[in-house]
Amino acid sequence: MASNDTDLTTRPSVAVHAPGSTAAGAETTTAPVMQLRDVSVYYGSYEAVRGTSMPIQQNQVTAMIGPSGCGKSTVLRALNRMNDPIPGARVSGDVLYHGQDLYARDVDPIQVRRRIGMVFQKPNPFPKSIYDNVAYGLRINGIKGRLDDHVEAALTQAALWDEVKDKLRKSALALSGGQQQRLCIARTIAVKPEVILMDEPCSALDPIATAKIEDLMFELTNDYTIVIVTHNMQQAARVSHYTAFFTAEVDDKQVRHGRLVEFSQTGKLFTNPADKRTEDYITGRFG
Amino acid sequence: MTLTNKSPASPSTLTRRGSSAVGDRVFSWWTLGTGLLVLAVLGLILITTVREAWPALDAMGLRFLTERTWDPNPATGDAVFGALSFAYGTAISSLIALLFAVPISIGIALFLTELAPRRLRAPAVTVIDLLAAVPSVVFGLWGILVVAPALVPVYQWCHDVLGGVPVLGNLFGPVVSGRNYMTAGLILAIMVTPIITSITREVFSTVPRADKDAALALGATRWEMIRGAVFPHSFGGVVGAVMLGLGRAMGETIAVALVIGGSTNITANLFAPGNSMAAVIVQQFGESTGTFTAALIGLGVVLFAMTVLINVLAQTVVRRAEARMKGSVA
Repeated sequence: MASNDTDLTTRPSVAVHAPGSTAAGAETTTAPVMQLRDVSVYYGSYEAVRGTSMPIQQNQVTAMIGPSGCGKSTVLRALNRMNDPIPGARVSGDVLYHGQDLYARDVDPIQVRRRIGMVFQKPNPFPKSIYDNVAYGLRINGIKGRLDDHVEAALTQAALWDEVKDKLRKSALALSGGQQQRLCIARTIAVKPEVILMDEPCSALDPIATAKIEDLMFELTNDYTIVIVTHNMQQAARVSHYTAFFTAEVDDKQVRHGRLVEFSQTGKLFTNPADKRTEDYITGRFG
Repeated sequence: MTLTNKSPASPSTLTRRGSSAVGDRVFSWWTLGTGLLVLAVLGLILITTVREAWPALDAMGLRFLTERTWDPNPATGDAVFGALSFAYGTAISSLIALLFAVPISIGIALFLTELAPRRLRAPAVTVIDLLAAVPSVVFGLWGILVVAPALVPVYQWCHDVLGGVPVLGNLFGPVVSGRNYMTAGLILAIMVTPIITSITREVFSTVPRADKDAALALGATRWEMIRGAVFPHSFGGVVGAVMLGLGRAMGETIAVALVIGGSTNITANLFAPGNSMAAVIVQQFGESTGTFTAALIGLGVVLFAMTVLINVLAQTVVRRAEARMKGSVA
């Protein structure tokens, strides 16, 4: 796959992937951007999540819901190899990105995370200026052209530009929680990933800030594919096209594992779930 | 609506309970007292040393700071006490020490916090801390007996290769012996490395996982993550660690006295023998009387003032740099 634009083994000299260069862009409805095939995640000998298979569709929002400890965040972090730095973390099965296994031996996790970015639960801007927060990713990825323009574009796309354009040199930590989270989104989209993973991005925010982020997610699906983990079922119902419901199961040996119970279109999952456990969860009978 | 309407007992439960109030007051007096004690000790040291040094300071005036000659027993005329040569020696040897110790310490600390496998960390930390436990006189003896002679050929080589370079060559002048500014600086570097390492390691380990994750999620390599997430977070703490190391280097007495060469001069040549303030004090205090003793104590005052000045300066630098790096908060 050496000449393919989805090749993840080497750092490209020009980091921005040109619009339209992604072959999969033309086949939005057919081939998923990512595909999980029988993915299990282990911490040491403990199997945290067992046998997950699901697609991630292009330019759609895919939500992962479920009770605490069901492994939804673990699966999310497996999608861009963010579990790698955790000692003992291991993934089995295939995590395919445009058909390429992200855990193949010659895949560079740095390249994976360039294309599959992540926004975290707690807003975590760097202790730097607003400008430098966005510019950081651009700089390390050697993005050419005027940095200022890229920074403005990213902040604009994250619906933050108007609020911060007069204080770009001020500390990012002086922003409100919701602004910080949008800054983190700006920072992520500045490096033009194809997929954005969001790990409960609104759990630390108030309802108004949450609404802004949700609107933003809708806008972002024009250019990006989004996978969101959320505790909030209403949020999943509002923002996502597809929903995966996870739960925690105790096996014969009394060990808890996270499992994917049901994956389908969001409307269907919430109105007509196929599995009894999904129904119990979304109707509030458990979790 | 008042509280009494809801519950008749509430007014009494809101009053301060006796025991907790006393405990609070004792605690606040105790902490205030210990805090003031430090200031008082510092002030007393300053006052008494200045008083003891006064005969020499009075006789020399400002020349005590600007004069490079130190002659307690001249053949004719009055004794001359100038601190400048020794202040220079203190500054140069400490600077050399930091030049070597800071990059090495930061490297070790980064290795221990970011790279080293978990089971290697504890033993490595122990070994480094052991280095801090070696008495300074042992470092001094090791320096004079082993390091100094062993380094002479190295110095000679540096002089031969770099001595001819314009400007820079002045630093690498002729080698008289292994006992010189450079050797003193290197020994000091070994002595301050454990301090700087152990504090920077603590500082690095306080960088939130979330910040590192943020950098990694943007496609940062480990080094880019360190530059983007670890350094901005720990800049102030690292400067603090370096300042503690510098304080130790400037104040180090016996090890420097043994290896710096013991000569009174100011030269750019790092391979020339010199002397430092702390070393002069320990070498000459036993044989001194009267104004001579006062002059030696005066060196102590200058050393004290230099240390305080550098620390204040460092704090200003840190504040400015952090404001620039992190963006102003206001």
